[in-house]
Amino acid sequence: MNVAVVDYGAGNTRSVRAALSHLGLESVVTSDASVIRDAEFVVLPGVGSARSAMVHLNDTGAASAIRERYADGGATLGICLGMQLALTHSEEDGGVEGLGLMSGEVVRLREGRVPRLGWSVVEPWGEAYYFAHSYAATSEFGIASVDGVTVAVQRGSFLGVQFHPEKSGPAGLAFLEQCLSRA
Amino acid sequence: MPLPRLIPCLDVAHGRVVKGVSFVQLRDVGDPVELATFYSDGGADELVFLDISATPEESATMTEVIQRVADVVEIPFTVGGGVRSLDDASRIIESGADRVSLNTAALANPSLITAIASRYGSQAVVVAIDAGDGVVHTHGGRTATTTPIVSWAMEACERGAGEILLTSIRHDGQRGGYDLILTASVRDAVSVPVIASGGAGSAEHVAEALRVTDAALVASIVHENPGGLAGLRRDIEALGVNLRPLRESYE
Repeated sequence: MNVAVVDYGAGNTRSVRAALSHLGLESVVTSDASVIRDAEFVVLPGVGSARSAMVHLNDTGAASAIRERYADGGATLGICLGMQLALTHSEEDGGVEGLGLMSGEVVRLREGRVPRLGWSVVEPWGEAYYFAHSYAATSEFGIASVDGVTVAVQRGSFLGVQFHPEKSGPAGLAFLEQCLSRA
Repeated sequence: MPLPRLIPCLDVAHGRVVKGVSFVQLRDVGDPVELATFYSDGGADELVFLDISATPEESATMTEVIQRVADVVEIPFTVGGGVRSLDDASRIIESGADRVSLNTAALANPSLITAIASRYGSQAVVVAIDAGDGVVHTHGGRTATTTPIVSWAMEACERGAGEILLTSIRHDGQRGGYDLILTASVRDAVSVPVIASGGAGSAEHVAEALRVTDAALVASIVHENPGGLAGLRRDIEALGVNLRPLRESYE
């Protein structure tokens, strides 16, 4: 399977590629619009700030390519910031317009210690994954949560998760494998 | 709240893991990648690597260690030691580490905390505080400053630190338990997670720390018996502290 990991300048793409390679998949790290549009599976990873990520995605044409593949039903997995970017808007960095693949707002976490760091059991999936975030999604497309906070969204061919499957040990690899098998 | 975290700390010098006992006398306990894999398989929630030999000439050695760890270990890890600039932090994070830990350099140049947090987010910046006699110590715990611990922890967070790694110098390597009072005082003063460090000698010690704060660093207690990590986890859970459920394999 031909897998592209979207590069937007500040991500830790190495760990995502390492996890894919554990599953026997080679991947390319790219911001090239045509590669992103045509890949069988795309990972939009997450580290960095929402504003600089969107500027980079818009400047390289990657943002349009992600929207086009989404419209065509191309499977895309967003991780952490990569999930948040799929929504309409984020309040991070004074307000940032997202890719708008689905309606939803990204808001700062207001309860507990922030950033939220560590492992939590995701419901209804019953598996523990690793989280590192200060912002979270609110969206009608939420499909899983932790303590009432939305941690996964899905609309059509885009699945977004707040946790880091590439940093969640065997449970994370199993999750990635499942995503890929459905692509 | 996330589940409490058990975090083995590996001190690395010249690309090899060593463990300082009370910051002196080093004992070689092995290859960082092998130990990291072992601890990850044994149920570590995260790992911390401290490059205690860090010099500009050695940064290439550490970069290679980070890349090798990132390629084989699927749990988060933090790298500290000798991080003096945004470029140092970028090199570490882009090599595959999740977070960088700042110590002496953050105190000398607090704007570094903000610079790294702005580029990679607060979750990527840990400020390590070596505490002794109420004040912050630098240079691996050897130099006392006049800065009070709690006020420095608060300032670090205001500047963008996403976590505090708090080591009690007096307790470190003594295996008599963590400094719970110090840990609680910093926990109460900041809103970010606090990792207790220094003094773990038993599961009871770790459980005590995890009742006070979010995470506990362990070193010699696991390094002397690396196969004992899974047992340590079970003992901590038997004391009523729930750690994350482990999944054996992804098949």
